[in-house]
Amino acid sequence: MHARIRTLALAALALSAVTTTACKKKPVVVPVPTPVVTPPFNQDSANAAEAARRAAAEAAAKAAAEKAAAEAAARMAAAVAAAKAQFATPVYFDYDMSNIRDDQRATLEAKLPIFAANPDMRIRVAGHTDNRGSDEYNLALGQRRAAEVKQYLIARGIAADRIDVVSFGEERPAVALDNEDAWGKNRRGEFEIIAGANPFKLPR
Amino acid sequence: MPFRSLRARGVPCPCLLTVVVALCLCPFPVVAQDTIPTGVRVGLTYDPSTRPGVFVTAVAGELGDSVRAILARDLDFSDRLTVVSADAGSPPSGRFNYELYTKLGASAIVQASVTRQGSLHVAVHDVAAKRVLNVADFAFNGAAPLSPGWRMAVHRASDEVERWITSTRGIAATRIAFVRDQRLWLVDSDGANLTPVGVGGIALSPAWHPTARYLAYASMADDGTHIVVRDLQTGQSRRMPRLGGSNITPVFSPDGGTLVYSAGDDGTDLYAVSAFGGGDAPRRVTFGRGSPTSSPTFSPDGRKLAYISGRLGHPEVYITDADGTNAELLTEAPSGDRPYRSFPDWSPDGRTVAFTSQEGPNYQVMVISMRDRRIKQLTGDARNEDPSWAPDSRHVVFTSTRSGAKQLWVLDTESGRTRQLTRGAGVARMAAWSPRLEQP
Repeated sequence: MHARIRTLALAALALSAVTTTACKKKPVVVPVPTPVVTPPFNQDSANAAEAARRAAAEAAAKAAAEKAAAEAAARMAAAVAAAKAQFATPVYFDYDMSNIRDDQRATLEAKLPIFAANPDMRIRVAGHTDNRGSDEYNLALGQRRAAEVKQYLIARGIAADRIDVVSFGEERPAVALDNEDAWGKNRRGEFEIIAGANPFKLPR
Repeated sequence: MPFRSLRARGVPCPCLLTVVVALCLCPFPVVAQDTIPTGVRVGLTYDPSTRPGVFVTAVAGELGDSVRAILARDLDFSDRLTVVSADAGSPPSGRFNYELYTKLGASAIVQASVTRQGSLHVAVHDVAAKRVLNVADFAFNGAAPLSPGWRMAVHRASDEVERWITSTRGIAATRIAFVRDQRLWLVDSDGANLTPVGVGGIALSPAWHPTARYLAYASMADDGTHIVVRDLQTGQSRRMPRLGGSNITPVFSPDGGTLVYSAGDDGTDLYAVSAFGGGDAPRRVTFGRGSPTSSPTFSPDGRKLAYISGRLGHPEVYITDADGTNAELLTEAPSGDRPYRSFPDWSPDGRTVAFTSQEGPNYQVMVISMRDRRIKQLTGDARNEDPSWAPDSRHVVFTSTRSGAKQLWVLDTESGRTRQLTRGAGVARMAAWSPRLEQP
């Protein structure tokens, strides 16, 4: 019984409330709520979106990584180029002499770590002369200069079979001029890597 | 020997003076001044008191002027004859007026004609004896007029004429191999017919085979230098065995069977190898203990070699028996000196070795007598080096900077007269004078 009475009371209250409101205001057209069309759920689209989002993130990460790698590669290339330039630095000789000058030893010493880092590397040492003296004797003298360089490197532990020697005499001047400065630059031993250093490894 | 008396007599008659004046107008090429003063020189005539005068008559036909010009120039370049340069007139016919030629200062008359059979007919007259001394025909062998082969036939005639008159054969029919801009070239002894030898890459140090058919040279590439023998007839080249290190400065033995060149990884030494394959293994000739060695040259009997060695710390000329024994210093340096001597070339008569010596800031061509080891300086103007003997053991071709860039010059070692052989752009060097070129 109690329950029924309570229900009725609530209904009456509700009714009065409605009536009261209706009396106070103009009748309002209750707006038709915009129908919310819930699309049918599409798993494929979801996957695609997720993939796109992930791809973008990955691309960004990759670009960053690539940029970093490129920078590292550039740094490495620069270091390799510097090391190769270091290796290619000629040694210079006195007029009509083939012995290694004291001031040229450091140039040769600096090449030793590169030999160590590239154990399969083979090189060619080319002896050159200035254009004074006999063209023909200069071919022999250039050979002697290259041989002195080779002997120095052997004495510092480099295997003999890693070093070829050739002479160009006065036929390939570094500076094609006729003065003391040019002569000094032309009396030289040059270094060329001919095998076993690709990739070129930097000394530690 | 009818001409011996002529040469001994030699004092020019007064009328020669008028001839000498006429020389200035002559059509022959201007001759370069030599550097060693050896008396008065006027135009083409060189010391006329010691050389028989020769008159080359006009030559008939379209090619006559060329024939006469080549003959006269060859005889002039011989430095043994004085070419009497007067108006050639017309080709002689009938009996010679020998008295007239005596007045011109001519001891001999060279009379040439081009035959219908395609050869050069040459007669030489002995003016004093008033008769023909000798006659011969020189075949053109079908060579086109003025072609290299045609010119060489005229050169052969010149050389025979010189032999008839002086009893020494001339050197006109020769060529000089040399290096210009690191390529091989050939030029005739009179400077004509400059021809590249078509070999690729850098080529150095040409050397003639005694038959003049082959040239050996050093071919330089990035990986080193090796020796090549080229057949000038077929154009085929053959690489010689690659010995250790740089293989440089080849020379053929006088018998043509052996090639000696410098090779070695440490220093360089001379090695003898069979020139045309087969034969013994390469044989080491010098033992320089790691010093530089180069530029061998054989004595004409093939028993000895001269070469450069730096074993004393500076280059000097040494000689050795061809088997490697009895090596000795040839050009002994004054004590305290630090000289530089190089590029020996043994004369074909065996009597001297020409070489290059540093004298002050420059280099000069010298000869050392193999009899008493006396040294004589042959040049003195600018830088002169790398002498190579002509087959007459009297002329040398060498490199000189006297006209600016390095060019080849020819020096008569008897008179000191020089002439410029090469001209034009580029640096000419490493000359090698061929043997006499025999009939092909």
